[in-house]
Amino acid sequence: MTNPSPNLQPLVLVVDDYDDAREMYAEYLEYSGFRVAQARNGQEALDQAFALVPDIILMDLSLPVIDGWEATRQLKKDDRTRTIPVVALTGHALTGQSDEARGAGCDSFVTKPCLPDELVTEVRNLLAQRAVAATR
Amino acid sequence: MVSPAPLSTAHATSADARLALAEQLLTCDAAQDCARVVVEWLAVHAPAPAVACLTRDEPGGKLGCLASVGLSEDQHASLTEAPNTDAEHPLAEVLSHAVPCFFPPERALIPIPGTGGLFAVPLGREGATPVGLLLIWVNGPTLPSEVAWVAAHAGPYLAKQVTSGPLGLGGGALFRHIIDAVTDPVLLTDLDGRLRLANARAESLLVANPDASDGRKRAVHLNQRVFTTAVASTARGPVPGVSWREIPLVDPAEGLDLLFELVGTRVYAPDGREAMVSVLRNVTDLGRATQALGESYRRLRATEREARSERHRLDRVLDSVADPIILSSPSGGAVMMNEPAEKLFTTSSEAGRAAQRRVRSNDAVFSSFLANLLDTGGGPRWRGQLNLVDPASGGTRPMEAVATKVLGDGGELTGIVTLFQDRGEALEKARLLERLKEVSTLLEARVQVATAELAEQNEKLRRQAIQLEQASAAKSQFLANMSHEFRTPLNAILGYTNMLLQGVSGELTPIQRRNLTRIDSNGRHLLEVINEILDITRIEAGRMPLHLSDFGIPELLQEVMAEMDPIIVRSKLAVSTHLGAKLPQVHSDRQKMKQVVLNLLSNALKFTHEGSVKVSAECATPSSLLTISVTDTGIGIDPAYQEKIFEDFQQVDSSPTRAYGGTGLGLSICRRLADMLGGRVTLQSIPGQGSTFTLHFPRRPRRT
Repeated sequence: MTNPSPNLQPLVLVVDDYDDAREMYAEYLEYSGFRVAQARNGQEALDQAFALVPDIILMDLSLPVIDGWEATRQLKKDDRTRTIPVVALTGHALTGQSDEARGAGCDSFVTKPCLPDELVTEVRNLLAQRAVAATR
Repeated sequence: MVSPAPLSTAHATSADARLALAEQLLTCDAAQDCARVVVEWLAVHAPAPAVACLTRDEPGGKLGCLASVGLSEDQHASLTEAPNTDAEHPLAEVLSHAVPCFFPPERALIPIPGTGGLFAVPLGREGATPVGLLLIWVNGPTLPSEVAWVAAHAGPYLAKQVTSGPLGLGGGALFRHIIDAVTDPVLLTDLDGRLRLANARAESLLVANPDASDGRKRAVHLNQRVFTTAVASTARGPVPGVSWREIPLVDPAEGLDLLFELVGTRVYAPDGREAMVSVLRNVTDLGRATQALGESYRRLRATEREARSERHRLDRVLDSVADPIILSSPSGGAVMMNEPAEKLFTTSSEAGRAAQRRVRSNDAVFSSFLANLLDTGGGPRWRGQLNLVDPASGGTRPMEAVATKVLGDGGELTGIVTLFQDRGEALEKARLLERLKEVSTLLEARVQVATAELAEQNEKLRRQAIQLEQASAAKSQFLANMSHEFRTPLNAILGYTNMLLQGVSGELTPIQRRNLTRIDSNGRHLLEVINEILDITRIEAGRMPLHLSDFGIPELLQEVMAEMDPIIVRSKLAVSTHLGAKLPQVHSDRQKMKQVVLNLLSNALKFTHEGSVKVSAECATPSSLLTISVTDTGIGIDPAYQEKIFEDFQQVDSSPTRAYGGTGLGLSICRRLADMLGGRVTLQSIPGQGSTFTLHFPRRPRRT
């Protein structure tokens, strides 16, 4: 993979309190050519999002301090972060969770375990959709 | 009228003349003849210029001139027309004194020139009221001897003629009065019924005056015919003497039908001929009375019959009453009693002495009870409790008795009715009721206890249900948490393995790659197990709702085949799909149906080492169930396990050394999902030859 101008690569904010998962996704995203920022809880995610304004946010839902649903709602309420796609990531496989997540404002919903390459595919799809929407 | 017949012996000697007169008188059968003979004889032998004979038909009655000699027609008529009932009249005085009286010329009623006065001599039987007067005009106040002689001899004879002689003009006035006084019609007829004499009542029926109305004449004529016929037939009858028959006549005045009883008697008339005396008696009223009497009698009989049947009915009614009833006379003696009463107050002669004693005891009790009513005087009713005894058994019969006076029209006591009511039954009922209440109370208490127990049990059950629910919820929560907790590390394991296999950390040796692949495979298996457990949990917790939509079976199978493609390729089996004709669109839960087919197909691939796997969809008729079958040529399933494999965690080989992995939940999930779709999963298998799993499902599930 070539990465001629790293600053131009999309910035992905990975939010997960489980370090192995967060770091694994971060490593694979960087390996895949993305810039990556990380947050361990909802509050950090909000701070990072407002500070960095990433291109996409991967949001675990069960988080300390502020949970993923609440963080997403706040992001979607704020003008600076409203347009950023949010991919909900959860280990909860029971029905209802995805609906709840979409209700909070998540643009996509992925159930763990999710293989790193599958996640990257999802991220690329969302970014492409956003790019198409922006050019219109 | 003066008869001009001369006497042949007018100038005979005095004795002969008297004898001749006597003979003449004997031949006379009428007062008029008698009177004429007398006056003519006196005119010759007294001698006197004028003689008249007057009679009256009853004492105090009118005087009439029967015969006269030497009087002009006017003078005769004046005597005839001047009958005098006035007691002051000179002639009346003579009659009342019954002695001859001389009237000097100035007092003579009819002065005759050349005479010195008038002698009035009473005529009649000696000692009886005179029936007439002999008037003789004489020269002086000396009564000629011939006159006295004639009066003495002719008087009785004339009296006889006047009172009993045949009817004649004026001669039967008394007789007429007598028969007229009879209210029944009386008639004298000849034997042919021709009328000779009728009294006033008979005339009113049988005689019509010339000036009578036509109706009356017709009625009279009719009556005459009927009467004449009746008399004639009676007269011709074989039995002489009194005969009797009824004849219907008409009242000419009123036109009413009358019925008469005709009593006829044959008599000999003075002229020697047979005549018929008929007396009619009006029996119309009698007939009516007889009829009315008959009717009354008939009514009486009917009333009597009615009364008798009424009495019988009353008896039956009284007998049908279960309670004893006694009708007593005012003195207290029993007049009538119904059967129930008889059982208490009478006894047969065969009954034992004990029964008779009990009856006497009952009688005594009843008598003293009735005495209360009779002694109280005013009260119409008396009520009391009587302790009677059953004569047959000797058992006590407590009775409530009500005695009521029966009063006649005049308020007098005519009887006493006593009604008994057996209190024994009521007392028994009351006792039973009391017992029932006790038992009921007991039962109620028991019911309350049972109810309380039941409520307690219910409460326990409710708590248990809550606990169960809580436990179930806790279990679900636990499984959900467990699933999450498994997934989190598994996510990292699978993620890093995936990254390593991709060469993110550099190239791998073949051994490293093989081992990592095993890690990956085991991780995926673990994930599968976790997902299946989660599915069972969700189905059991009812947290797997149906999401119905319209879809086609071919597209569904295509999708399943695409998803399973990597495994199919690896298995090197001939996998094919067969779609039946006319497969309809279905309205069902696509995701669940897909999961069932996926499970069945992965199962088939797993247990088939060589040969083929065939997926086929059929729909026999539009109304029947659809089927999706997965047929393999795998190891097959022993019949002993064919049902068991659908149960949770059941596997044909669950030994530690088993050849095939898996949770044993796949078919269980299939069966549950098929059930949710309104269908079922069936199995046909021969060990060593293969199996066919078939999902049967309706076009649309019945429950939603």
